Amino acid sequence: MLHIKCPHCGIRSQNEFSYGGDATVKRPELNKEVTDQEWDNFVYNRVSPRGKHLELWQHLSGCRQWIKVERDTATHEIFNTYKANEEIA
Amino acid sequence: MTQSYRIETGGLINRNKKISFKFNGTSYFGYEGDTLASALLANGVHLVGRSFKYHRPRGFFGAGVDEPYAVVQLYRNGETEPNIKATEQELFEGLEASSVNCWPSVNFDIGAINNFLKIFLPAGFYYKTFMWPKSFWYKIYEPFIRKAAGLGVASTKHDKERYEHKYEYCDLLIAGSGPSGLASAYSAAKNGAKVILAEDKPRYGGSLLTSDVNIGNQSGKDWADGIISELKEMPNVTVKNRSQVFGYYDHNMLVMSEKVSDHLPKTKKYHPNKRLWYIRAKEVLISSGSIERPIVFGNNDTPGVMLSSAAKEYLKVYGVLVGKKPLVFTNNDSGYETAIEFKKHGVEPIVLDSRSNPQSEIIDEAKNLGINIKNSYVVVAAQGYKKVKSADVATISEDKKTLGKIENINCDCICVSGFWTPTIHLASQSGNKTKFNEEIDAFVPGVSKQNETTLGAANGVFTLEETLKTSFEKGKELSKKITEKNNEVSIPNVVEKKYSKHDKFWCVPLPKGKSYKRFLDFQNDVAVSDVEIALKEGYRSIEHVKRYTTLGMATDQGKTSNLNGLQLVSEIENKVVPSVGHTTFRPPYTPISIGAIVGREVGKHSKPTRKSPIHNWHEEHNAVFVDAGVWLRPRYYKRGNETLFEASKREAKNVRTNVGVCDVTTLGKIDVKGPDAAEFLNRIYTNAWLKLPVGKARYGVMLREDGIVMDDGTTTRISENHYHMTTTTAQAANVLSHLEYYLQLVWPELNVNVVSTTEQWAGAAIAGPKSRDLLQKLFPKTDVSNEGLPFMGYVEGELFGVKARIFRISFSGELAYEVNVESDNGRFMWEKIIELGEEFQIQPYGTEALSTLRIEMGHVAGSELDGRTIPYDNALEGLLSKKKDFIGKRSLQRSAFVAEDRQRIVGVIPLDKRTSIPEGSHLVKDANAPLPNKKLGHISASCWSVEHDNPFSLAILKDGKNMIGEKLFVMSPLKNKVIPVEIVSSHYVDPKGERVRS
Repeated sequence: MLHIKCPHCGIRSQNEFSYGGDATVKRPELNKEVTDQEWDNFVYNRVSPRGKHLELWQHLSGCRQWIKVERDTATHEIFNTYKANEEIA
Repeated sequence: MTQSYRIETGGLINRNKKISFKFNGTSYFGYEGDTLASALLANGVHLVGRSFKYHRPRGFFGAGVDEPYAVVQLYRNGETEPNIKATEQELFEGLEASSVNCWPSVNFDIGAINNFLKIFLPAGFYYKTFMWPKSFWYKIYEPFIRKAAGLGVASTKHDKERYEHKYEYCDLLIAGSGPSGLASAYSAAKNGAKVILAEDKPRYGGSLLTSDVNIGNQSGKDWADGIISELKEMPNVTVKNRSQVFGYYDHNMLVMSEKVSDHLPKTKKYHPNKRLWYIRAKEVLISSGSIERPIVFGNNDTPGVMLSSAAKEYLKVYGVLVGKKPLVFTNNDSGYETAIEFKKHGVEPIVLDSRSNPQSEIIDEAKNLGINIKNSYVVVAAQGYKKVKSADVATISEDKKTLGKIENINCDCICVSGFWTPTIHLASQSGNKTKFNEEIDAFVPGVSKQNETTLGAANGVFTLEETLKTSFEKGKELSKKITEKNNEVSIPNVVEKKYSKHDKFWCVPLPKGKSYKRFLDFQNDVAVSDVEIALKEGYRSIEHVKRYTTLGMATDQGKTSNLNGLQLVSEIENKVVPSVGHTTFRPPYTPISIGAIVGREVGKHSKPTRKSPIHNWHEEHNAVFVDAGVWLRPRYYKRGNETLFEASKREAKNVRTNVGVCDVTTLGKIDVKGPDAAEFLNRIYTNAWLKLPVGKARYGVMLREDGIVMDDGTTTRISENHYHMTTTTAQAANVLSHLEYYLQLVWPELNVNVVSTTEQWAGAAIAGPKSRDLLQKLFPKTDVSNEGLPFMGYVEGELFGVKARIFRISFSGELAYEVNVESDNGRFMWEKIIELGEEFQIQPYGTEALSTLRIEMGHVAGSELDGRTIPYDNALEGLLSKKKDFIGKRSLQRSAFVAEDRQRIVGVIPLDKRTSIPEGSHLVKDANAPLPNKKLGHISASCWSVEHDNPFSLAILKDGKNMIGEKLFVMSPLKNKVIPVEIVSSHYVDPKGERVRS
């Protein structure tokens, strides 16, 4: 079970969180014309990297904040966690 | 019965307390402190089972967790448990156990014919033999394998025992209480660290219980006892015996199974049977020791052949002789320790050492005691079927390839020592890259991935002096990092015997003309020849060899067999062991009861139960409940001998003619607040929300980004910046998360807050033509006329002093209202409704009537919004705004979603107007078409229409728009039904929706 540092609450066990997928996906802006390909990329197409992955988790049984977690998909090492609106260098 | 193999004194058992037990129906006795294995051996019982594949006789091989043979079925307090190792099961009064894998009895086993058929059961025999003919699989092969396989029978009864889970945090978790565990625990504890010390056996001390050493001028065991009692007194230390740390998971979380009650005849009141500990440790010290490995020779699975260390343990801990004419076969000095123990108890052992001229202190001691030692000698084969009777032995050449003349030596047991294998399971599970240590011919932990350190024998260190020194130092060093203290403990002096180098020899060659089975894996009957076949057939990866031969796949997970398997593969392949590598170690280290894993989450505790504040009233009024997610909802209110069908019809009919009341507390409720709330709803829902006035409700549909309907419900504008959103019962949690996602991540600029208020409000739906009359009585001061409170209107009122929210919304399709009060007032509201509704013939109605009412109205619910349908499919396309963007809108342009013959909701009526249509049935054009018969759609919901008094169903049907009036067939292979039906509009009652506005 992973140990995830919620940037709002501190270190908590994985069972307090739910997984939310790739955090780098950006929703196309509202009312903007997008091609089928762009829309498919947003809704369906995901890379499945081995190694560092910036992903979303929600601290569901805690503060209910969505957070960003930089995790190694192969080793489960967590390098850093960020608030939803935090700029990531 | 006398215990003819128990020595007169000695051992750690309590000879003052006799314990009687039964094995295979025969009564025996042992002493407190015995295991089932030691007690049986004391009584001279060596035959305890039959092997898995060939049904060869099985005895005892080890004395603990590594035991591959002595797996029994245990009976305790009216319950039975399979797959129990007799070597681990502590004796208790009245214990009963029986052999597994044998029929009709362990002495005469018909399956042993497999032993003579062994040429037909080689490696991979499952894959080869049971492949053809295909039709034989279900009727012949599968039942045969099922009967032959398994190690005991699981109970089919409900498990009365209780299991607990516990979460714990500590600075240092130490797995194993041998010398390294004790030393590291002691120095870390003295340095202020919070320590958990776990020992899987009942007794602490590990190898110190059996080895002849001195620490600080005391015997090893006395030193261990002293340390343990001191640790137990320290408030920062938890010491646990009978506790196996079996899994090392991510981020330094380990799981430990504590056997709380298995050693007792009966679990004590309020105690669990087992307790599963989830331990998050800052540092983990693995002091799990090592397991002796066997030397492979002919018929080395005969009862009476066992590990030399086990023989020593039976003698020193339990005072039991495993034989009276022992042969010790060794390639290292450990065998001599066992021989010396035998000799001390008046038994004359013979030692066969594969080395030509070994020299060491301990060998000198054995010589001085007059023990018969034969160098360059090996056991070629054990003789005897159900028990060792003698051994064929021979000299062996220096290159270990050539055997001399075979001699036969009388003996009743063969104690084998092929040196030691460090127990690296936990380290490997943690991600440690293990490395091969040439010095000891075994893998040891290498580079740590997590915060784990392996000490002592588990790390390949076999001298006590070095083990203690490094362990004391490590305990100090690691605790210092955490506690920042610097308390030193002095390292005691050690007296131990020095060992000479072991022999790399591990497998005795076959003598010319002999075809003895030489077993590698004792539980799964994998012999040298099986691995040879697998390699001949082209299996190269050790993982493939393992699965093809089942080497190391039994319940003991190859604790005694893996390394010899690797040696063999590397020899045949002309590789070195490290390049062959080892198979992956996965948790659990040893079998763990399913009950312990499940814990308290059984029966009704497997999920929480949510009850509405009106629940007790329902209970008092004969409600029959149904699970709705985790909620318990009244399904119907039973009157007399009514069936579900009769009651739900009565309740639904009463709503259509008079008035009914339904507890709708379970509906999800979310407060949406903030200046941008309207804009937010406008993006979340498919329809327009910017112009909804205060005091009005609106029905809304929300999609996922892929265009699929996520949920529906009404949302009411309570005040300027405050909306009250309702969701379906099932989707409440998901919708809240969905809203939070968009607010926090996608549109953080919107000034909106959302919070669940499901628990804050109790809700009652009052539905039926007389509902307004009742409402007037409930709220005499409020104008509830059609003008004062029109359809989709909202007012606040006062219900006899209680503040209430009144929504004019309808799921039943009748004139209807929903009243919400604060949860604490739920029952008060409900009772007032029932009391004042009496004159209007009010009846409460449950979910079944609720369904009937919505189905015949054509209102969609969870069975239509099933995660596979878009708005059009549910005839909700009218709610799709063309003027604005919303979540999922772009996806609705996908070609499949705009196809002309897209599926759509329809109504379905059986032609005979009598036959009920099973939900989930398929719709087909031709009932007699050859299979696979093309499915046109499926029945999503069925009811008995109370309006028309005949069955009516909703279906999602291909090209549903153009199918109205068509005659099709409903097929339910599950219920074996074929029903001719007509497709009609989904709005079966009041298609114009006049009643809700009346």
